[in-house]
Amino acid sequence: MTAEFWLTQAFNGISYGALLFLLASGLSLIFGVMRIVNLAHGSYFMLGGYVGLSVVWRTGSFVAALACGALAVALIGIGMERLFLRRLAATQTLGQVLMTIGFALIFQDLALLVWGGDPYTITAPPLLSGSVRLGGLHFPAYRLFIVVVAILVGAALWLALEGTRTGAIIRAAVDDAEMAQGVGINVPTVSLLVFALGAGLAALGGVIGGAFLGVYPGADFEVLPYAFVVVIVGGLGSLPGAMIGSLLVGLLDNFGKALFPELSYFTLFAPMALILALRPTGLFGRP
Amino acid sequence: MKRRLLLAVAALVVVGAAAPLLPSYPLTLLTQALISAIFAMSLDVLLGYTGLPSLGHAAYFGVAAYTVAILAVDGRAGFVACVLIALLAAAGTSALFGLLAIRATGTYFLMITLALGMVVWGLAFRWVSMTKGDNGISGVPRPELGLPWNFGAPLPFFYFTLAAAALAWLGLGLLVRSPFGMSLKGIRESESRMRSLGYNVWLHKYLSFVIAGLFAGFAGILWAYYNGFVSPVDVQLVTSVEALLMVALGGSGTLVGPAIGAALIVFLKNFVSVYTKRWLLILGAVYIGVILWAPRGLVGALRADTTPLRGDER
Repeated sequence: MTAEFWLTQAFNGISYGALLFLLASGLSLIFGVMRIVNLAHGSYFMLGGYVGLSVVWRTGSFVAALACGALAVALIGIGMERLFLRRLAATQTLGQVLMTIGFALIFQDLALLVWGGDPYTITAPPLLSGSVRLGGLHFPAYRLFIVVVAILVGAALWLALEGTRTGAIIRAAVDDAEMAQGVGINVPTVSLLVFALGAGLAALGGVIGGAFLGVYPGADFEVLPYAFVVVIVGGLGSLPGAMIGSLLVGLLDNFGKALFPELSYFTLFAPMALILALRPTGLFGRP
Repeated sequence: MKRRLLLAVAALVVVGAAAPLLPSYPLTLLTQALISAIFAMSLDVLLGYTGLPSLGHAAYFGVAAYTVAILAVDGRAGFVACVLIALLAAAGTSALFGLLAIRATGTYFLMITLALGMVVWGLAFRWVSMTKGDNGISGVPRPELGLPWNFGAPLPFFYFTLAAAALAWLGLGLLVRSPFGMSLKGIRESESRMRSLGYNVWLHKYLSFVIAGLFAGFAGILWAYYNGFVSPVDVQLVTSVEALLMVALGGSGTLVGPAIGAALIVFLKNFVSVYTKRWLLILGAVYIGVILWAPRGLVGALRADTTPLRGDER
């Protein structure tokens, strides 16, 4: 266990956490505004990856893949919210769970139908495929890229939420949807916007993750628990919570896998269960 | 009340009498339906009677199934030892998880049970030296009870499962009609009122959680013997959600409802997968359809019930 081991593992954990942030920040915002437990969120990640894959195959452009993946899945999210989820009241927790899992199964089967069962990897641009030397250690450039994207997205979300009128409206809807509606905010439109944003961010994560973890059937249900752990640990509806939660989960997962491979999921989920038992609303959540 | 009991007993007798006439494929499906029915009924103790929507109920089912598989395959343990230790493991797991989960309500209860379920799934998937990981444990022998019947054959094993299911149904039926079961319903309707009446709400919820886990474990034991194979699929999130669907489809807050829901889902899965590879698509549509058009389940629809869907926040 040299210092190099710890540094490399810590960096791997942070970069995985950065990917998780893209996935989980949307889930958290969606919950914050609409109180929806969305079990189809992992499907957005997987679908984003598949759409990105097809775009890279056709055009060879990674940037186009990022844009198309995010946009296509944001549209799917809009359709899901407008046509189905809106029919359920915010209190129909069990209904939301069953309906969104229904969508997750449908998306899984459709992806299998369209893209088949083979695993693929999205080709990253050559600029991102090397490694960067820092203080005698080699860091893969692609992992650095993920961290940079997550920081940019996080900063943009933060500034938008705290500094713009739209952000203030979203925060008002998160705090008290009924009151926000009462003072003339169009909460259904805000919900739709946030849902599309959340789905698009997850898909962006899917395209980026597609060059890193690969695109394959089952990726949806593989990342879903991670997204939930992040949101649970950080607190539902909290952006800072999603940031801290992603970092924690990325590090816990990575060190768990490196140090105790047989218990790796246990080292991830057990601390979360403990946090939740001590602070049922998560680190930054409000009841 | 008496009439419904007679009806249910009559249904059991008819199914039992008709069984020898059935070919082996429908018979194994019926066996599977009975096991799922026990599992779904156990979940309904939590969801329908206590009003706690658990997203990790497969954990207790899976812990018991894995215990049987590990003991019977690696340890060559006998039937009685397997059953007792597996029940103990399921009840122990739910007793531990209940301590963590019962504090939370609503969405947070949903989340923490999901997380706890994932702990068990993670162990099943990664703790390879114990669980053989993704490959699962195969070759679980059917029980040897020293009786003249060979439980390796479909018909005797069907009767074995039928007897076990009747036992579970009787036990759960007595439970939900007991004063304890009534106070669970009271907690479902209004926790604060029950508290001010002097009931120990936490203890009632906790006991309901442990009992539900115990019966889920009972179903898990049967599953291990029936399937002969236990794998992480048995403890994954989708298995927990499928149990929720069975309860919601049949109608929560009853025991007959989840049993019917379980049978419908088992038959649907098996029949649809014979005709098309796209059965996940159809199953997904069933999830969405049930919520849109029969949110109170079949039993609820028949009774034209107007009470809200169990497990929702109030």
